[in-house]
Amino acid sequence: MSDMDDMDDGSGIIKKFMFLNRKAPHGTVYALEGLEVVLITAAFDQDVSLVFTDDGVFQLMKGIDSKGIEVKDFSKTYRALEGYDIEKLYVDQASMDARGLTEDDLIVDVTVLSVDEMANLMAEQDVVISF
Amino acid sequence: MPMVNIAGKEVEVDEEGYLVDLSQWNEDIAKYMAVEEKVDLTESHWEVVNFLREYYAEYQIAPAVRVLTKAIGKKLGPEKGNNKYLYELFPYGPAKQACKIAGLPKPTGCI
Repeated sequence: MSDMDDMDDGSGIIKKFMFLNRKAPHGTVYALEGLEVVLITAAFDQDVSLVFTDDGVFQLMKGIDSKGIEVKDFSKTYRALEGYDIEKLYVDQASMDARGLTEDDLIVDVTVLSVDEMANLMAEQDVVISF
Repeated sequence: MPMVNIAGKEVEVDEEGYLVDLSQWNEDIAKYMAVEEKVDLTESHWEVVNFLREYYAEYQIAPAVRVLTKAIGKKLGPEKGNNKYLYELFPYGPAKQACKIAGLPKPTGCI
């Protein structure tokens, strides 16, 4: 249970956290574990950004069907992030291009960033955690 | 994992009593879980339980209590989207107890 919202422990420090998702959704546990960490972090009222780059862009693809490999399709869960007040989602333009993907292929609204823009965004962060 | 017999059907639950295979869920299971949680199911309880099942179907997770409260407020009105109302229905935590009754896993971020 978390009722962090109602508690005031006097800390109130807000840091900029970036979660960097680099791996395909299935085959390893990184994507799902990363998503769970993000959902838990949301309880602490921090400034959270999610970045999808390399094969990580596949995590956001529409129409994933994981029945054949008998694992849960958690791609719909990215759409719940808004309700957790996590609204800063970024994808890497070059990773999208290399995989023939456009924003229309993704299940959530994202901001597409160039390599330079991404580098600037990363430089602004207090904490970068890579999955 | 432990098996329990609910209305003549064997179902598997985890060590905290949550249903393992949520596709097995039915009203008998909800009623059984409610008795376990010492909750008297009323229309108002069902409203929350059904809301949670819809939320899970859409997002594939059980929401954290803060998110549940906000989402209920949006769908069912502010008089229901608050901690007081939800804790009166589910005294040991709306996310924990209502999810169990709804056959969902324990909410992520429920530490």
